Amino acid sequence: MPQIFGTITTPAGEVPRVDTTLQTADRLGAWMARWAMGRMRYAVEPGLYAAGQPTADSPVLVSANYKMSFDQLRCRLAGLDAWILVLDTRGINVWCAAGKGTFGTDEIVHRIAATGLAEVVSHRRVIVPQLGAPGIAAHDVKHRSGFRVIYGPVRAEDLPAFLAAKMKATPEMRRVRFPIRDRVVLVPVELMMTAKYFLVLAACVLFLAGVGPGEYWTRVLGIGIRSAALVLAVSVGTLALVPTLLPWLPGRAFALKGLWIGLAFAAAVLLLGWSHGDLLGNRLSLAAWCLLLPATASFLGMNFTGASTYTSLSGVRKEMALAVPLQALAVVAGMTLWLIAPFV
Amino acid sequence: MTELRYLSDVVTLELDTEKCTGCGTCVTVCPHAVLAIEQGSARIVDRDACMECGACAGNCPAEALSVESGVGCAAAIIIGAIRGTSPNCACSTEGTSCCG
Repeated sequence: MPQIFGTITTPAGEVPRVDTTLQTADRLGAWMARWAMGRMRYAVEPGLYAAGQPTADSPVLVSANYKMSFDQLRCRLAGLDAWILVLDTRGINVWCAAGKGTFGTDEIVHRIAATGLAEVVSHRRVIVPQLGAPGIAAHDVKHRSGFRVIYGPVRAEDLPAFLAAKMKATPEMRRVRFPIRDRVVLVPVELMMTAKYFLVLAACVLFLAGVGPGEYWTRVLGIGIRSAALVLAVSVGTLALVPTLLPWLPGRAFALKGLWIGLAFAAAVLLLGWSHGDLLGNRLSLAAWCLLLPATASFLGMNFTGASTYTSLSGVRKEMALAVPLQALAVVAGMTLWLIAPFV
Repeated sequence: MTELRYLSDVVTLELDTEKCTGCGTCVTVCPHAVLAIEQGSARIVDRDACMECGACAGNCPAEALSVESGVGCAAAIIIGAIRGTSPNCACSTEGTSCCG
């Protein structure tokens, strides 16, 4: 929980006052969540909070009960007096929860009633982050609770300017961007979430590489380790490079963006095979890698659509309809070649 | 920065200008400036920028906008296909979450 500095007495009861500065524990928690550690329990208690010394006229800012969302909001409120209405989104951030409807009309109407907000403030307005809009029907909230939804800026950092401008957002405040900083910060969680798949894949390659002429464990410890390392390298490389290089990788489809990384790895493997002989097996093995690496990278690139801020469901369906059969074909052909290569 | 654009001619966004009252809520909620108000009515000005989040349609009091909304997430589509459900990124129901 964030630090609480006493309470503010309202007609609806005592409202806890939160710190508007982030402490070491908050930063550590956010860092761990970025590395997928404890992020499913990274939640705050839903309800009403105070920042500064809010009165009955102060604005009400709505947030999710994912602690990182809540922290992003409260750390921008230094010097401001505001109420924070935290919805129960089961510990999920505003945008994802809005997509599922947990950050939604029913919950906001319920939370307004449960906290007695109508007794705490004299106005009838709640400021909802713009990215909460997919879950909210503003006209229904008004109809059911009497509170008018005002959509605030996309980013909490723009809130002070938005409030100072009498709740008017500039067009720039309404746009979602995906700058390199926002993309790179996703890499650790992408790695952690995908690790169980590529580690299993690497282990399969490690032990299957033992099957061939010669002693099983000698093969595993030689070509097996080198091949497994290649699987890890292409996986980590793609998961790090697709987000980082996103605008500069040619093509719009993410499967294509990933493919370029895979082709780069395939080219490196061919170069290695040409200069260092059979480190990764014979020519047939190298041909197999030229199918397996691009297919793997293309698949992993495609999966970054979920973390991006601009892909549509229809678009992802369209690219998958073309990409998934090709990826599957390349994997089946590549695996077959790779398995028979030692015997040829 | 280079503007990131996704595939062209795929989105399901539809606007019925007959129903539109020109209130402008759709313009406010759209995170990609897909819509604009021109001569008292909404208009789709950048269709291919739409990510089908559904914010405009859900917030239209006149029900003038429709879109097949959902998460543009390959993993969600795969999970949905395996379970025979609609695309589901399983963030809150499982022990894992895909969105940041």
